[in-house]
Amino acid sequence: MAEATEFTLRIRRYDPESGEAPYWDEHTIELEPHRSVLEGILQAKARFDGSIGIRCSCKAAICGSCGVRINGQPGLACHTHLDHALRSSRDGVIEVEPMGNMPVIKDLIVDMDAVHWKKIQRVTPWLITDDESMPEREHIVPRESMVDITQSMACIQCGACVSDCLSMEADPLFVGPAASAKAYRFVGDPRDTQQYQRLKDLAEDPHGIYTCTHCFKCIDACPKGVAPMSQIMRLRRRATGDHHIVDRNNGERHEVSFVTLIKDYGLLHEAELLPRSFGGNSWFGKFHPAAGQVLLQSLPVITKAVLRGKVSPKLALLGHKLPSQDLKAVKKIYEKVENRPERLELNLYITGYDEDDEGAATPAVAAAGNGQHGAEPGQPGQSPEGSPTR
Amino acid sequence: MPAHDVLIIGAGLAGQRAALAAAEAGATVAIMSKVHPVRSHSVAAAGGINAAISLADDWRSHAYDTVKGSDFLGDQDAIEVMCSEAPKEVMHLEHIGVTFHRNESGELDLRAFGGASMKRTAYVADITGQAILHVLYEQLMKHGDKIDRYEEWFTTSLIVEDGACVGVVARDIRTGAMEIFTAKNVILASGGAGQCFKPTTNGLICTGDGIAQAYRAGAPLMDMEMIQYHPTTLVENGFLITEGARGEGAHLLNANGERFMEKYAPNKMELASRDVVSRAEQTEINEGRGVGPGGVGIYLDVTVVPKKRTLEALREIVNIGKDFAGVDITKEPIMIRPGQHYIMGGVKTDVDGRTPLEGLYAAGEVACVSVHGGNRLGANSLLDTLIFGRRAGEHAAARAAGMRMPSVSRAPLNDDAKMIESIIARPKGSGRRVSEIKDELGTTMNRYVAVFRDEQGLQTAHEVVRRLKEEAKTAYIDDRGTVFNQDVLGAIELGYMLDCAEAIVVAAIERKESRGAQFRTDYPERNDDEWLKHIDISRNGDDTPRISYSEVTFTQWQPEERKY
Repeated sequence: MAEATEFTLRIRRYDPESGEAPYWDEHTIELEPHRSVLEGILQAKARFDGSIGIRCSCKAAICGSCGVRINGQPGLACHTHLDHALRSSRDGVIEVEPMGNMPVIKDLIVDMDAVHWKKIQRVTPWLITDDESMPEREHIVPRESMVDITQSMACIQCGACVSDCLSMEADPLFVGPAASAKAYRFVGDPRDTQQYQRLKDLAEDPHGIYTCTHCFKCIDACPKGVAPMSQIMRLRRRATGDHHIVDRNNGERHEVSFVTLIKDYGLLHEAELLPRSFGGNSWFGKFHPAAGQVLLQSLPVITKAVLRGKVSPKLALLGHKLPSQDLKAVKKIYEKVENRPERLELNLYITGYDEDDEGAATPAVAAAGNGQHGAEPGQPGQSPEGSPTR
Repeated sequence: MPAHDVLIIGAGLAGQRAALAAAEAGATVAIMSKVHPVRSHSVAAAGGINAAISLADDWRSHAYDTVKGSDFLGDQDAIEVMCSEAPKEVMHLEHIGVTFHRNESGELDLRAFGGASMKRTAYVADITGQAILHVLYEQLMKHGDKIDRYEEWFTTSLIVEDGACVGVVARDIRTGAMEIFTAKNVILASGGAGQCFKPTTNGLICTGDGIAQAYRAGAPLMDMEMIQYHPTTLVENGFLITEGARGEGAHLLNANGERFMEKYAPNKMELASRDVVSRAEQTEINEGRGVGPGGVGIYLDVTVVPKKRTLEALREIVNIGKDFAGVDITKEPIMIRPGQHYIMGGVKTDVDGRTPLEGLYAAGEVACVSVHGGNRLGANSLLDTLIFGRRAGEHAAARAAGMRMPSVSRAPLNDDAKMIESIIARPKGSGRRVSEIKDELGTTMNRYVAVFRDEQGLQTAHEVVRRLKEEAKTAYIDDRGTVFNQDVLGAIELGYMLDCAEAIVVAAIERKESRGAQFRTDYPERNDDEWLKHIDISRNGDDTPRISYSEVTFTQWQPEERKY
């Protein structure tokens, strides 16, 4: 076993009773490099300063208490090795701060009730069945369906994904990654009888599933492989592909227009995106008044993008051109995906490690419980992984 | 001042199940926990929950396995209750939303577990405890109008007036405010005392609070000497590797690559009961056939389980292997050893969770019904928490219906507030640090009160515990604040742990035989003539444990030699 080594922790401290601003506090601890940052903090607490506040219990990444930011990255303190943390530090000191997007109560302790749990409550977080009486036997459901939702059941409510959700930073009312994963746990559960209502609710909510901008931060943050963003994308695919929910946020049509644009041009056609998002593929739809309104609102952003060279006006207006053999290749991909009898979904519980080559060779499984919804080929959201907008 | 028909302390599986049952029975209910309910240690239960739900199974078979697993120390009336009600409870869980894994026909799948004569363990991958705990919390949120939740409130003592428990004193961890909670009934569901040992698979919150609170309030403890060492905990840091791994077919190997369990349990092999497997491992290690640096480990070989099965059903330990030991368990064996895991003993109760102290109930690991006797079978603990949590909730609700709300004086609150102030006021450097004492306690217990015990070691442990109790009186802390002063709570918890540890050691010294988890090298045989009885520990006024005995209840099964 490796020898104990010195590590220095720089801990963000805040004492609400002092009236003072938060400050940094450094302690040098001595532990084997494979020990966790939490064990480091606990040693600092035990030896030097018992007043360091951090929630913790299991030390094994299952109770979800010790969500923090380490060198700016959200995660569990017990799930981050000291040597790993050292490698990602700026200056050889491991920096530990409270999670973001939630008010700090003391030191590393944040108010999860005020944000995280409120959002969980928002998604009606319990199973709804028609029959409230006690059955003699269990519901009979497909084997894969329960393995499938184990991925979202594996959420330990640590808040790491909430901490660094960019969409929530921009829109604090956004339902967010953890609550969305919780919602998928019911939407993907064949026993729940309110799947359409749940999806409709989250699609129509202006702070619902279409607020996510696919930044992948929550997938990186999650210590349990729940991949909250993937669950959000699955909610969208269920809402659009299975239930054809055309929402007032234009989320569904926006996704459809992405998919059809790529299909038509092989690359994004920015000038077409907005009209199609409002009017669909119909020619008249291009003149949808709402499209004009959004166009006007977006002009400052568009101007900025053009000035910074992020968008070329010519390509945006006329569309990017792909060589014809490449466009053919794109269309082939569409054909292959759309002709699958079932939609395939990534799920690590079934496919193995994310970085595992063997696992990646058999990357996908049929969407659980999807068969009975009769997903039609050719509908949007049929791509095997992520949203078409990715 | 909050007042409820039923006040539950602890919000793990037993507590949440009790709250839901009491609320359903029409009682006004509050549930209080020093952590958010989903942080409770039930979350760590991995492998599953036992119930004779297969058509080929019979609850009597489950009950017999449990009796045998307990080394005939379990009370058979209680075991019958637990095992016969198990299938209905599992169906209830399934119905409220637990995502139990299914077989190819879509029915609940069952896996093999230690000490069981057939596959009867329902599971959710290897996060069964987490799945059930989170689903129960979904139900608490659903019934939020009927159940008051006091999350992150720390119970400092039980209030006893005229021989009955009538409430608790508690501290709001977030603000430091102290409050009296009046209750017609208090149900302790605050879990075990694993932190008395170091290392342990138990979370930092498992500090025996309820066991000590009940003991101090005058309720007797039972079977405290029975400490379970789990056969598969990670050598690196003591983390739990689920018995589900062996249930799915994993092997145990010594340094010679032998499946040594064939020497100790030729029929059940790796799936003998936990006390048997842990002793076998420790024997291999002690006799020089251990693996790894210092030969302190045993190999758990999961590679014999099909990879696809491992990834869907044992994913948590795949992660633990990868993250905490740097081992891919689908490709190579992982080093494990026996580690402290569970306490079979606890606050003595009947099958309705009632303790001998009126108005006080207990359920789950804090309690001793006794369904586990000398050794608990894997996947019986979740069952225990749910069955007896529910029964306690129902019984307490019924009792509340026929009585008036007791009136409680504020004196206990003032006492506890003073106690906390005095801890905070202890000058730095006046004695030892609380953390040092806790460390010494854990190391001592794990050295002398482990898989193999003897008189001399136990006496040494007792002396250390008595000394630490003295030292704890002057131990100092750093935090002087009121908001989230975890330091002062740690000092109170240390007191709880020391009470539990003393009861454990005293009972282990008393039982001069080997039965279940108690193996005395100086008394290596089971002795039914003298020791087929429970050891009860109650507190004398002068803070020394008093020993008495109670009978083991037999219904259908007479003691026999125990072989696996």
